[in-house]
Amino acid sequence: MPELIAKGPFDGVEPLVMAGLTLAPVEDGPIWSIALLPGGAKAAAKALKPLGLAFPGPGGISEKAGLRLVWTGRDQAFLFGDLPAGLEGAAVVTDQSGGWAGVTLTGPGAARALGRLVAVDVRLAAFPVGGVVRTGLNHMSAVILRTGEDAFEIRVFRSMARTCWHELAEVLRHLGARAPLSA
Amino acid sequence: MRLTCPLCGPRDRREFYYYGAEDYLNRPDAGAPGSAWDDYLHNRDNPAGMTRDLWYHEQGCAQWLIVTRNTVTHAVTAVDLVAGRQGAAT
Ligand SMILES: [Zn+2]
Repeated sequence: MPELIAKGPFDGVEPLVMAGLTLAPVEDGPIWSIALLPGGAKAAAKALKPLGLAFPGPGGISEKAGLRLVWTGRDQAFLFGDLPAGLEGAAVVTDQSGGWAGVTLTGPGAARALGRLVAVDVRLAAFPVGGVVRTGLNHMSAVILRTGEDAFEIRVFRSMARTCWHELAEVLRHLGARAPLSA
Repeated sequence: MRLTCPLCGPRDRREFYYYGAEDYLNRPDAGAPGSAWDDYLHNRDNPAGMTRDLWYHEQGCAQWLIVTRNTVTHAVTAVDLVAGRQGAAT
């Protein structure tokens, strides 16, 4: 078996700091898709409860001790972290590790910056901390988590990693160019 | 134009893919007469008023939706999950 070289989607990419905002790569561990089988909600809840997790409803995130369950669709969530036992029979579990690329966008005005690329209302009142939306980031499908008032995590298909970075970096450059003019 | 996805909330039209009439949900049995298949595949009403059609929330939750809308006023009066409807496969 040849020795294969593992590469991350953002190897060699340094965080970009501009206009008071920071765009940075996220290093994800394992990611699992948990798709509930019909009638599997009860059994899944039973398996998740001892971990302090609950299967999230639309737009929800359940998080505890290094495990994070993020709603991604009807009766479906992504689990970030090591797969716990007990979900067999309750859900179809597929390994998504390495299939997604993530970045964080943080800093004052992060929502306004993100709003340049997404058509959903990302203001705090409409998109509170601890929530998730699946929407388009420009033309890419994205999973966007609000981890703080001024902090977002954005995940896209890994094949879109550099495009996602390019689009967001361009937003930061535009805002950076405007800043001295409006000072 | 916006559609209010039952799961995702109000979303821009660009997030959705339009498929066609709700008729596509009523697939004839394999042994149905040719006329039933003709209706299913080809024959559509073209109403001035309320119509129901299928949309896919492509850039959102990836659910098929039944959209009830009015072709005269452009009002969208309901958006329902295909998966949630009576008699649907789960
Ligand atoms: Zn949706």
